[in-house]
Amino acid sequence: MDLSQAYASMTGDLANTMSLLIVALAGLALVVFDAFKNRHAATPWIAGLALTAGFVFEVSRIGSAEGMAYYNMLRTGGSAAFVNALVLGSGVLSVILTAPYLKRIGHNIGEAYSMILFATVGMLVLGSANNLVTVFVGLETMSICLYILTGFIRSGPGSTESAFKYFLLGAFSTGFFLYGIALLYGATGTMDISAMRDTVADGGSIVFWAGVAMLLVGFLFKVSAAPFHMWTPDVYQGAPTTITGFMSTASKTAAFASLILILNVALPGERWSEVLAVFAVITMVLGNVIALSQSNIKRMLAYSSIAHAGYILVGLAAGSADGYSGALFYLMVYTIMNIGAFGVIALLEWDKKEGSEQTLDSLAGIGYKKPLLGWTMAVFMFSLAGFPPLGGFLGKWAVFAPAVEAGYVWLAIVGVLTSAVSAYYYLRVLVVFFMKPEDAQSGAAATNFVIPKSSAAVLIFCVVLLFLLGVTTYAIELTGSFF
Amino acid sequence: MLSDFTPLFIQLLIAIGLSFTLLKAAALIGPKRANTIKLTSYESGMDPIGSARDRYSVKFYLVAMIFIVFDVEVVFLYPWAVTFSEFLDAGVGLGVLSVVFLFVIILAIGLLYDIKKGGLEFD
Repeated sequence: MDLSQAYASMTGDLANTMSLLIVALAGLALVVFDAFKNRHAATPWIAGLALTAGFVFEVSRIGSAEGMAYYNMLRTGGSAAFVNALVLGSGVLSVILTAPYLKRIGHNIGEAYSMILFATVGMLVLGSANNLVTVFVGLETMSICLYILTGFIRSGPGSTESAFKYFLLGAFSTGFFLYGIALLYGATGTMDISAMRDTVADGGSIVFWAGVAMLLVGFLFKVSAAPFHMWTPDVYQGAPTTITGFMSTASKTAAFASLILILNVALPGERWSEVLAVFAVITMVLGNVIALSQSNIKRMLAYSSIAHAGYILVGLAAGSADGYSGALFYLMVYTIMNIGAFGVIALLEWDKKEGSEQTLDSLAGIGYKKPLLGWTMAVFMFSLAGFPPLGGFLGKWAVFAPAVEAGYVWLAIVGVLTSAVSAYYYLRVLVVFFMKPEDAQSGAAATNFVIPKSSAAVLIFCVVLLFLLGVTTYAIELTGSFF
Repeated sequence: MLSDFTPLFIQLLIAIGLSFTLLKAAALIGPKRANTIKLTSYESGMDPIGSARDRYSVKFYLVAMIFIVFDVEVVFLYPWAVTFSEFLDAGVGLGVLSVVFLFVIILAIGLLYDIKKGGLEFD
C-alpha cells in the first residue's frame, strides 16, 4: 500500500466525519474544563453547542450520496447521516433538558455532559459503522458511557443499583455480541459488512448462522427487545430522568440503525425474517401487557419503550426497503415523543425524589396546575398510543404496512391489538393528570416550582414536530429514499 | 483439519492426568507428620500479625486503572514506532507523528483530570 496515498485518503476523510470529531473534541475539552472549573455554568452550553454543530453538519449531509470513510470503516451521507442527525438531535434536546434538571435535584455534575458527548460519539460510530469491529467499538463506547450516566448520582440507592445491573447484564450481552462477531469472521473471513454477503452466497454455514444469532442477541439486548429486556425497567427507573430520555432514544436509534444495516447489507435472503417476527410479537405483547400494571410513570414508560422496540422490529421483520425506511421513520417519531415524555416527567420531579418514587397517584390533578406540562404530556401520550393526526400514528402505519405487504398479516394484527392495549395505560396518565382530585399531601409542593423556559421550549418544539410529522409526508418520503 | 490437533489433545490429557495423579499420590502415600511450626502460615518467615481482614484505602484501584491505561498505550506505541521509518520514507512522518501525539494527549487529559480531582492523593 502506498503510505502517502493512504495518509492523504485518511486525512481527507476527516472532513466527512466532522460531526464525530466536533463532538469528541468537545468532550475532551469538557473533561479538561471540568477538571479546573467544576460545575461551571458554561459546561452545558459547550456540550449543547458541539452537539448542535454536529447536528447541523449531519443534516446538511442527509441529501448527499452514501459514501465510505476510513477504508470502508464508516458510512457517510444518506441514511447514516440521517441516523447521526437523529442521535445528535436527541443529544441536543437532552442536554437542554438535563441542565435545569440536574440543578434542581441538586446533583449538578459537570462530568455528566462530557459523558453525554462521549456516549454520542459511540452512537455516531455505531450508527454509521460498516465494519463489525467498528460496530463493536461504537457499541462499547456508547454502553460504557451509559453505565456511568445511569449511576452518576451516587447518593441515590436506586441509581447505583440500576447502573450495576446495567453494567453486569450489558457486559454479558457484549460477550454474546463479540462471540457472534468472531463466528461471523470465522465463517466469512471478513469483518466488512458490505463484503460479507458475497462470501455466503450459498446460504451460509451453520457457523455463520450461529454468529448471526449471537449478534442478534447482542443487538436485541441493546434495543431492549424481549426476552432480553429484563434490565430496562430498573435502569430506566434508576437513571436520572432526562438521561433516561436520552438513552431510551439515541442508543436505540443507533443500535437499530446498525442492525438494519447488517440485515439489509450482510445477510442473504429473508431467513432471519421469521425469527425477528417472533421476537417482535413477544416484545410487543410483553411490553404492553406489563406496562398496564405499573404505577410508577418511569417504569411504565420503560415498558412502553420495550413495546416500541417491538413495533420497530415489525418493520425489520418485513425485510423490505419499505420496512427499513419505516423503521427509521418510526425511530425519529419515537425519539421526539419519548424525549418529550421523559422531559415532562423530569420537570415533575419537584421534590428531589429523583423519580424513583414518582407514582401516578402523586401526580393527580397536576394537569390543571401546570397546564403546559399537562397538555404537552397529553400530546406525547396520544402520539405514543398512535392516535392521528400525530407522528405516532404515521409511524405505526410506516412499520405495519410493509409487514402486511411482506405477508405478515398476523404480525400487523398483533401489533394493532397491542397498541390498542397500550392506549389504556397511556390514557390513564391523562386521566390522572386531568380528572383525578389532587393528592392532599403533595398539593402545596406540587405547584411550588417554576418551569425553566428552555425546558418549556423543548417540550413545545417536540409537540410541534409531532404534529408536523403526523400531517406532512416530507420525513417519511425522506426515509423512503434511503433504501 | 481437526485431526491435526490430535497430538495436542493427547498432550493436554496427559498433562491433566499427570497433575491429578501426582496430587492424589502425594495425598495418599506422602508422610504426614504435622507439628506447630509446619502448620504456621509462613513456615520460614515471620509470624503473621493481626487480622487479614484489615480495611485499606481502595484508592489503589485508581492507580491500577491509570497503570492499565498507560500500559495499553505502550502496546499501541510499539507497532507504531516499528513502522514509523516507513512513514518517514513516504514523506508523511510529521502527520503520523501528530496522530500519535494526539493519542498521547488524550491519555494525558485523563491523567490531568485524575490529578485535579485528587485521584492520586493518599491520606
